[in-house]
Amino acid sequence: MPDTAPARTVHLGVDLTDAGAHPAAWRTTGSQAQRLFDAKRLVELVATAQRGLLDLVTLDDAFTLRPGRTGTVRGRLDAALVASRLAPRSGGVGLVPTVTTTHTEPFHVSKAIATIDHVSAGRAGWQVGWSTTPAEAAAFGRKAAQDEPDAVAEADEAVEVVTRLWDSWEDDAEIRDVATGRFVDREKLHYVDHEGIRFAVKGPSITPRPPQGQPPVVVRADSPASFDLAARRADVVRVRAATRDEAVALRAQVRDAAADAGRDPDALRVLVDAYVVVGDTRASAQARLDLLEDLEGVSWDTDSLTHVGTARDLAVTVEEWTSAGAADGFLLRPSSLSTDLDAVVDGVVPLLQGAGLFRTAYPGTTLRDTLGLPHPANRYAAIA
Amino acid sequence: MSTRPRKQIHLGAHFPGVNNTTVWSDPRSGSQIDFSSFEHLARRAEAAKLDFFFLAEGLRLREHKGRIHDLDVVGRPDTLPVLAALAAVTDRLGLAGTINTTFNEPWELAKQFATLDLLSEGRAAWNLVTSPDAFTGANFRRGGYLPYAERYARAAEVVEVARALWDSWDDDAVLADRITGDFLRPGAVRPVTHHGTYADVVGLFETPRGPQGHPVLFQAGDSADGREFAAATADVVFSAHSTFDAGRAFYEDVKGRLAAHGRSRDSLKILPATVVVLGDTPDEAAERAREIRLQQVSGPTAIAFLEQVWGRDLEGYDPEGPLPDVEPDTENVSITRGRVRHAKDPAAVAAAWREQAEANGWSIRELVIQVTSRGGFVGTPEQVADDIDRHVQEDASDGFILVPHLTPGGLDEVFDRVIPLLQERGSFRAEYEGTTLREHLGLARPGAASAAEDEPAAELVG
Repeated sequence: MPDTAPARTVHLGVDLTDAGAHPAAWRTTGSQAQRLFDAKRLVELVATAQRGLLDLVTLDDAFTLRPGRTGTVRGRLDAALVASRLAPRSGGVGLVPTVTTTHTEPFHVSKAIATIDHVSAGRAGWQVGWSTTPAEAAAFGRKAAQDEPDAVAEADEAVEVVTRLWDSWEDDAEIRDVATGRFVDREKLHYVDHEGIRFAVKGPSITPRPPQGQPPVVVRADSPASFDLAARRADVVRVRAATRDEAVALRAQVRDAAADAGRDPDALRVLVDAYVVVGDTRASAQARLDLLEDLEGVSWDTDSLTHVGTARDLAVTVEEWTSAGAADGFLLRPSSLSTDLDAVVDGVVPLLQGAGLFRTAYPGTTLRDTLGLPHPANRYAAIA
Repeated sequence: MSTRPRKQIHLGAHFPGVNNTTVWSDPRSGSQIDFSSFEHLARRAEAAKLDFFFLAEGLRLREHKGRIHDLDVVGRPDTLPVLAALAAVTDRLGLAGTINTTFNEPWELAKQFATLDLLSEGRAAWNLVTSPDAFTGANFRRGGYLPYAERYARAAEVVEVARALWDSWDDDAVLADRITGDFLRPGAVRPVTHHGTYADVVGLFETPRGPQGHPVLFQAGDSADGREFAAATADVVFSAHSTFDAGRAFYEDVKGRLAAHGRSRDSLKILPATVVVLGDTPDEAAERAREIRLQQVSGPTAIAFLEQVWGRDLEGYDPEGPLPDVEPDTENVSITRGRVRHAKDPAAVAAAWREQAEANGWSIRELVIQVTSRGGFVGTPEQVADDIDRHVQEDASDGFILVPHLTPGGLDEVFDRVIPLLQERGSFRAEYEGTTLREHLGLARPGAASAAEDEPAAELVG
């Protein structure tokens, strides 16, 4: 009897922050560093990711200029607005900006992500960020810098408020009943009435429920506090693991912690951050990394899976890690966006497709469809 | 006849808001949420060479008699993400968004507007509003913390800090010199330090200066404080005075305040909101205007409007019948929340309205239609073009923000039939001449507060 269970497939995201994951990426030929803040460059990168049928792109964010030498890329755009700018000219691929919770209002976060979801017809996600730097605290001047457990605890409460606000409109709240003159059925709008430790938020949102109901929440689990947040709140968990065994253990840990929190572990997607330098040969990939390291003056310390080699080698790694249960997928961190993203899309993706490990078309229209997550019920409709 | 050159009209397209100007019951009325509605209006406005697209904002759903007000459009997407998305489907149109200063911090506002200006290649505008009420504050961690009298003081400080942040990057700060390894030009990004009453901000700003230097700043306040704030700070006033005489008085008052702030009369544009109703004949236009007013003021809407003044439940009254004989409840001042209560002295207003209604034989609904009439331009395309042009040439305004009653096609007819007439007479651009909103509006681009002040040598070094 052939196995009728669906083939195990892999999820692939790519991070589009800066000119690439390597600090010296902007100094390489073709890096388009002059166009770093040009929306059209980002539109082209998203088109490439979409050509490769990737699940999602992530965009990092920060409020203050990173301290550092003039030699590194400095300066960022607001990631949520970039994601929205990218939405109308793309399809299929998910758009996942980082929005931080330490100095921003959950009410604003909620409507921003909901709106990206409306504009993209269901392709938004939210990478939950928090801030521990004195520099960012000083930029807002409202409170002192927080340590990580405290900032993550605040993020946890913010996720609760944001996700409640997304549910504060039922999907069919807008009725346009001409006979009674009512535009909405207010029984289907809900006060979230959150009275928490750090926030009191009344609701409802001003923005109707996003098309996905709940846009996927992405959490980077790279500390005990964030690991706990991810297990309880995340749909997509980003982990860092340098070896396959380490990843196998981490993924099992995340799934166990999710189960302990009363969640179905199969509802989580654990993605390993994978730094990639892809070349036609192993030697050419290594030569590119050598050049980057020369420019930067130090070796590239990534602290997670790092691939320096051919597309075929990377496809083999993906297959081995996936079949070993080390990951549900990978969040690719191209060393140089201008070079490695094309290499992944044109080199690695076809090999994975050939092996039956990666989709040959988007399965639906929303990011939840792509990630294989069901449309969530509305918590308020359930108790109504 | 005046010898001065013909003034150029400036026009904005207002996306229909969450109030009863917007008619949702019409079969042609589309979604208030789908991006396609925003895209339709923006693309049509750009094809007509308008100056900008305009979005309003409200941070809490309105309530009436303790419940969410359900008779008007309810719900809207977040302002700035919508504008960022529109930047992808338009090339020249200005993108103006209303953002509250009370429940946002200056650092994040500065970053968001710098980003929008970069993503749109110089088309961002910020309509600055203040909302100090605890009702809206219930959605935010600070609650209703700001005394009403201090709303403009805080707004002024927020703008001051935002401008300092935008100016903390030189225009040419990004070198991206691959050979030397200098990504930023040394000294081209300077720390900002501001210790004020409402903001305490120190740091290095993260986002490069936008193509416009500063996004265009809109302001809508009408009180003496609001007018003074506009004269000191704003680039555009979103005015409520759309009739000719009131418009001229407002225009003269606000423009007259500019000199005291060292500004020229051209450096501030006054744009009242207005509606346009067209017909092939004057009678047909008047008839259509009447139909629209009946759609805007349904029976339940008329009763709800009266309840705001009476401060009590009037659901038992027939909207097609006479005004209530009960007196207003003058103690109950919060029957409607999330918008301004209309009557300062409810008993006097009620008495005046009863008198008006009796004298004219008006029902409740008819009275509300009459007293909430917003005027606007009603006539044939030729009449409307003449009228708009006269307002501008005779200094009742510098142009208008056009408010449609239908989403998303409510201005299509104006674009098709009125704009070409204004273009023919040379009062409105036939093509965009510049690329940024500042250029469309004829506003100067603010220079960076260059390092030269602190470091005199920097300018010599160049």
